[in-house]
Amino acid sequence: MQYRGHVWKFGRDIDTDLIIPARYLKTSDPAELGKHAMEDADPDFVNKINIGDIIVAEENFGCGSSREHAPIAIKAAGISCVTAKSFARIFYRNAINMGLPILESPDAVDGIKAGDEVQVDTEKGEITNLTTGKVYQAKPFPEFISNIIRQGGLISYVKEKVKTQTS
Amino acid sequence: MGMTITEKILAAHAGKDSVSPGDLVNIKLDLVLSNDITAPIAIKQFKEIGVKDVFDKNKVVMVPDHFAPNKDIDSAEQCKMLRTFAHEQDLTNYFEVGRMGIEHALLPEQGLVLPGDAIIGADSHTCTYGGLGAFSTGMGSTDIAAAMATGETWLKVPSSIKFVFNGHLNPWVTGKDLILYTIGQIGVDGALYQAMEFTGEAISALSMDGRLSMCNMAIEAGGKSGIIGPDQKTLDYVEDRSHREFTVYKSDNDAEYTQIYEWDVSDIEPQIAFPHLPSNARGISDVGDIVIDQVVIGSCTNGRLEDLRIAAQILKGREVDKNVRCIVIPATQEIYRQAMLEGLLEIFIEAKAAVSTPTCGPCLGGHMGILAKGERALATTNRNFVGRMGHPESEVYLSGPAVAAASAIAGKIISPEHL
Repeated sequence: MQYRGHVWKFGRDIDTDLIIPARYLKTSDPAELGKHAMEDADPDFVNKINIGDIIVAEENFGCGSSREHAPIAIKAAGISCVTAKSFARIFYRNAINMGLPILESPDAVDGIKAGDEVQVDTEKGEITNLTTGKVYQAKPFPEFISNIIRQGGLISYVKEKVKTQTS
Repeated sequence: MGMTITEKILAAHAGKDSVSPGDLVNIKLDLVLSNDITAPIAIKQFKEIGVKDVFDKNKVVMVPDHFAPNKDIDSAEQCKMLRTFAHEQDLTNYFEVGRMGIEHALLPEQGLVLPGDAIIGADSHTCTYGGLGAFSTGMGSTDIAAAMATGETWLKVPSSIKFVFNGHLNPWVTGKDLILYTIGQIGVDGALYQAMEFTGEAISALSMDGRLSMCNMAIEAGGKSGIIGPDQKTLDYVEDRSHREFTVYKSDNDAEYTQIYEWDVSDIEPQIAFPHLPSNARGISDVGDIVIDQVVIGSCTNGRLEDLRIAAQILKGREVDKNVRCIVIPATQEIYRQAMLEGLLEIFIEAKAAVSTPTCGPCLGGHMGILAKGERALATTNRNFVGRMGHPESEVYLSGPAVAAASAIAGKIISPEHL
């Protein structure tokens, strides 16, 4: 899959309360959660972004709560992809399970500025800064994770597994 | 080569003789947990999978504790989803208001968590159960849905970091202070993806409540899990609670660690984490003058009986400052009852503290003590992120119960020694 958009940059330790504050966890409706994505990090975020834009952040993106509402909110707001120097582990799993592409690449984060236009190829793990022309290589997913993604996320993966077991 | 306690538990649950850090394994689970925030998504996803029944009605646990007792209509609808699902599936371990408590205090108390178990929960503080020598970790709702269907999950075997705490604890220093100190030393991603193993004579000296508090906050250092090898205290704790067999695992002497930290706890004083990260920890003598509007004593970190006893010891015969709202939240119905029998609730009420029914409530800015713009709280909870307890421009400081109680009386953050 390829994604193309402008970049919004964030610092390190962007926690799940910044991504989607608990006051909005009274629902799990993606459209509703999407209205408040990143609200406590940047109150105007959802009004400024365009569909397909990309978040680029420093270390430990998504630390804190296990709330799956975090990747759901980011995806529903229209963000196509998140690149960071590192991700907190529960967020990492949740993003994969929700089908929000995430890539780890410290070089890309250092080489990309807010507002740059970027193209991300998740199959190749390639991040191209179209503004500067530089190409960065992200850590590719292990085979195990790729399988889950190929099946269209964890639920389809388990559905398939359950079907095989009972047939 | 030897294995750590974490590797041994994961190997046993993966049906293997041994595992090494980095191995991807599929493990069988002893318990799968969710709450009123995370279960609604898990239930939807579970139905999407298309299986009829959960893998084991005794091993799927649901606890409405975050926005319960229902804080508003939307929360009531979410709690109702759990109730309906628990009824449909005839879940043995659904805990209704009046029988419930904060999940991570409740499950060990009810004997549902035992040494050597492998447990996942849709709540990041599921790592608490390491205090009993179990492997436990938080995951998202979709992972939990898959586990509810299959009784299994995949994960990467974490490498382990060993933390050795030598020496004797200073007065008022508890498990909470040791974990805040640890996070202060290694940072909020200092143990990213790894298991944090706590050991040493100061850990042996900790009560079970103190050990659970410590492992509870492993996630605040990015850890996959926290764990303490079971000893006689652990076995005494589970003796009257357990309804099933369990296995005690211990780390081998030649087990491998990516890092070993060794500290003398006589150098550690009560710790305070400043906004807006748990890693902004410093000793109470370096705090300065911090005036507070609210104190919260409770949560899955510090709402256990030992915490309430410490708070009561300090609040006894004293009064909360007129400019402070002090809210005490026993973590479970059983803790609440015991606190009542011991006269702790009377001490709190006479001290002009508010005592609440069990709930996660204010810890995550849900209800029962939300902060207004510019307000500042000292809490025995686990996170001091921006807006965690209310308005994005409010502030949360973290401490153990002793400093929290003393500060409620003083109206500013102080050591119990200076009351």
